[in-house]
Amino acid sequence: MAHTGYQQRRRRIAWILVAPALLLLALAAGWPLVRTFFFSFTNAMLDNPSEYQMVGLANYYATHDGSSSGVLVDPLWWQAVGNTLWFTVVSVGIELFLGMLLALLMNQKFRGQGLVRTAILVPWAIPTIVSAKMWGWMFHDQYGVVNDLLAKIFGYQAHLAWIAEPSLSMWAVVIADVWKTTPFMALMLLAALQLIPNDLYEAARVDGASPWQRFKRITLPLIMPAMIVALIFRVMDAMRIFDLIFVLTSNSEATMSVSGYAREQIISYQDMGMGSAASVLVFMMVAGIAACFIRVSRLNEKEKR
Amino acid sequence: MKITRRQRKFGHSLVIFVGATCAVLFCVFPFYYAIITSLRTGQELFLPAYLPSGYHWSNYVTALVDNGIARSLLNSVLVATITVGICLLVSITASFALARVPFRGRKFLLFTILCVSMFPQVAVLTGMFELVRFLGLYDSLGALVLSYTTFSLPFTVWVLTTFMKSIPVELEEAAIVDGAKTWTIIRRVFAPILAPALVTTGLLAFIGAWNEFMFALTFIISGDKRTVPVAISMFSGASTFELPWGSIMAASVVVTLPIIVLVLIFQKRIVSGLTSGAIKG
Repeated sequence: MAHTGYQQRRRRIAWILVAPALLLLALAAGWPLVRTFFFSFTNAMLDNPSEYQMVGLANYYATHDGSSSGVLVDPLWWQAVGNTLWFTVVSVGIELFLGMLLALLMNQKFRGQGLVRTAILVPWAIPTIVSAKMWGWMFHDQYGVVNDLLAKIFGYQAHLAWIAEPSLSMWAVVIADVWKTTPFMALMLLAALQLIPNDLYEAARVDGASPWQRFKRITLPLIMPAMIVALIFRVMDAMRIFDLIFVLTSNSEATMSVSGYAREQIISYQDMGMGSAASVLVFMMVAGIAACFIRVSRLNEKEKR
Repeated sequence: MKITRRQRKFGHSLVIFVGATCAVLFCVFPFYYAIITSLRTGQELFLPAYLPSGYHWSNYVTALVDNGIARSLLNSVLVATITVGICLLVSITASFALARVPFRGRKFLLFTILCVSMFPQVAVLTGMFELVRFLGLYDSLGALVLSYTTFSLPFTVWVLTTFMKSIPVELEEAAIVDGAKTWTIIRRVFAPILAPALVTTGLLAFIGAWNEFMFALTFIISGDKRTVPVAISMFSGASTFELPWGSIMAASVVVTLPIIVLVLIFQKRIVSGLTSGAIKG
């Protein structure tokens, strides 16, 4: 009896305990988000945001005398969408593949294991901007070490302009991102691998299963939930990429991400309305993909039952 | 011809050795290259070489003093510490309630918090700009503390909640039987057990705040209030055509070393902190 009374009292107190965090979150995240949505329907300019008119959906799409305007008909926006999606798919794909190899490697017992574990934390610990500068220097077309290595190892003498050449610059961004974030993926997958009981592998070996069969039938299904979570984190992160591109390739059109596009509208063109509209679209894009992921992982769980 | 067991074992360890070597080289080389670049000056810089070719510390002086990296380091430490302090303070009580009290709307709250921690920063940029101006914080470090809360707070609440869930219920029940109040339970039972978790969470949140770029780039104008990432991105040399790569790399090494040292000291905790949320959640 006393216990239920206690629980009831705690339930009442729970809201008081959560309140400070919720209020702060509402102030720092909720309110700005609401205002961004609001500004996307106005023609506010950054230098004087208090004077504006409601313009409806004109920032997204409007036709006027036969010509249309708005974010949704801006070819640069669609280029940014294409860049972001391409970057997300390619970089997260490579990270998943390399991260899996790395996790499988670290799950083995061998001398120097500690060294590998320590080494892979280095890229993770380096701030993104610093890694962007480091790779910018390594990709330098004249004095860069990447071109030098290509020449020394493969005898490929061309001075590739990794940063300036539009067809290469996106790869430069992908390589720098893969370097920085593969460790995270590997650590996530490794944590999942370590939870798999060794008996399962022993039993499979006795039954004569090949290493590939063991990987496909035991490892993969068992780490699937952790892998999906790691993928969600990485995809969300890749979709909102801004800093690496802004510094490494100076937000060039060939590499501009959707976040970069929105920020350019707001800051460089001072156009709060258009910029907010682009921000809202970025938000919707990310939210939509998150929702898809959650649905897929739920279906996955249901199948198992 | 059949491969003997011994040969197979040898092949196995060869694959592991080659793989491990490649992984270590790939991970460490860029940082190593930054260090040796930072120790070079003049013409030396423009000849790619893989071994240190001299020890010139002048780049470090240029970076720290002339380019104001020392000042930026101080700004970054201040902003990150204050942000993490505030976030940890409010998330201790919140995560206790979210992990331990079965009140209505708890699942919904947790889900909302997870969503907030994932949404793109640019989505709050205009709203935050207006808020920062309204509060008179534009071009001050306060603007950064406020805007960093957007992503730090959901992160700390989420990670601490996962930690709290892993503490055995028996401990708490014993305290309840002894007639302890909720606040006493948090302070006397949870806080000591949580201390390591607080360190880990705080460290991860600190690194997050330390690395933030978009808000710092947008809300700060004066050179002496820049944080480290912005200062490095805006590095300029004597001429506008040639970037001072030597001192850029020196600055990069200076701002990265403290983080790397911290990470190496707390290696085990960081790895468990990074992964626990994903595996159990």
